[in-house]
Amino acid sequence: MAPSGRRHFHPEQQGFSPEEVTILDSATTRATKPSWTHLVLTHLKKDLRIEWRSREAINSMLFFSLLVVVLFSMAFDPTADTSREIAGGVLCVATLFASVSALNQAWAREIRHQVLDALRMTPSDGAALFLAKVLANFLFVSVVQLLLGPIFFIMYNLHPLGDVWLLALVIPLGTWALVANGTFFAAISIRSRNRELLLPLILFPIFLPALLAMVLSTKTILTGDDSDPTLLWIKLLGGYDVIFTTVSLLLFDTVLQAE
Amino acid sequence: MKKLFSAIGILAVVALMIWGFYQAMYVAPTEATMGDVQRIFYYHVPNAMLCFLFFAISFVASILFLTWRRNKPALAQAADAWALAGAEVGVVFCSVVLITGPLWGKPVWGIWWTWDARLTTTLVLWLIYVSYLLLRKFAAGPQMQTLAAVLSIFGAMDVPIVYMANRWWRTQHPAPVFGGSDDSGIKDPTMLAAFGWNVLAWGVWGLMILAIRVYIERRQQRIDEASASAALAEDQQPTFIS
Repeated sequence: MAPSGRRHFHPEQQGFSPEEVTILDSATTRATKPSWTHLVLTHLKKDLRIEWRSREAINSMLFFSLLVVVLFSMAFDPTADTSREIAGGVLCVATLFASVSALNQAWAREIRHQVLDALRMTPSDGAALFLAKVLANFLFVSVVQLLLGPIFFIMYNLHPLGDVWLLALVIPLGTWALVANGTFFAAISIRSRNRELLLPLILFPIFLPALLAMVLSTKTILTGDDSDPTLLWIKLLGGYDVIFTTVSLLLFDTVLQAE
Repeated sequence: MKKLFSAIGILAVVALMIWGFYQAMYVAPTEATMGDVQRIFYYHVPNAMLCFLFFAISFVASILFLTWRRNKPALAQAADAWALAGAEVGVVFCSVVLITGPLWGKPVWGIWWTWDARLTTTLVLWLIYVSYLLLRKFAAGPQMQTLAAVLSIFGAMDVPIVYMANRWWRTQHPAPVFGGSDDSGIKDPTMLAAFGWNVLAWGVWGLMILAIRVYIERRQQRIDEASASAALAEDQQPTFIS
């Protein structure tokens, strides 16, 4: 991260603290190469700091998903029984739409002042950058879900009949699937001509199996219907997370260095 | 001479397809429970098998592109043409599968479509490769080829899931005809022959389209390269205006 020769890049303005610049800087000199976790933490701290200062992603996602929940509630006017059936789907789709806009912004911000080019020049691993971005976005989306959850229960008059604590497993697993794939494909689509449009076009087909597993297991938990094997869907979701996160980590360097 | 051989080849493929049609429609006996509707099987299953083949071609070519793109750019370009052609022909075959399936499902099941594992994963496969083709349209330049190759690898991960779907889960889609339980396989030899002829005919037809598509794509690459180097040469001319 040597300042010479890169006129457009001012690390301090991009949310990096002086110490973090030194850490990324030291990645260029082989003698003091920082550890992988150190790199991940550096990127993560920077993303969290930017979000803390602007609260752009969380605010816009929260308002957007609130709107989706209200719209669906008005469009279907569900009774208690139907709301148990559809609530899982509405929550998942609301998160999905909301996070797409935030994921686009996550990379657009890096491109604006050539930050991404600067990061590409450091010999640090692209996978570290990817994992940090996924973790940061996962935290943002989870905060939105935590805030949205109570509102959701009130507006849909939900009385869950099944084991509610399983939701604490299903929702994070599904969110991870969404965010890991979304971050990866946002990095791909940001390079295309119509950036904002392409991400949902690529992400939704890939995310479909996870969405299905997430919606079906939420539905069985809310309706307390034992006929559906909830655990099977949760296992499927876990397997999906492991496979797609691994492939994304392996391929991210290729995407980052594509030119 | 080359034209003559191509014409003979195309005629042979068409003749083979007519022969396959004749076998499926007139020679193979009518199925006992489903009746004539069952004959759609001679198109549905070969197309499904072959769409896996073409997506596999796209997958392998994408991996080759990623490995060659730095040190062997000429070979990488050829691999990219194969990856694109494989995905395009695969999408066509997968579309045929998705169209013939409901045509059979309506009279036999009474419904056009159901969200069981086999049908859903096949639809997802089709959607992923359509998005692959969209990505190739929207992004430009050499970076597009890299990004598309990465997406093709993601799409290929769905192929084994589609294949295993009616083996892992109890689906409404019929159990596998080949390579399923010990009882699977076609018992009637004329039915098996009709099936075999159609696999062969559609396979040869698909490979022919694939070869033509690769040929066109290679030409397009050469045109693009020539215009790019022409533009470069123009840039290097000394200009006295401005």
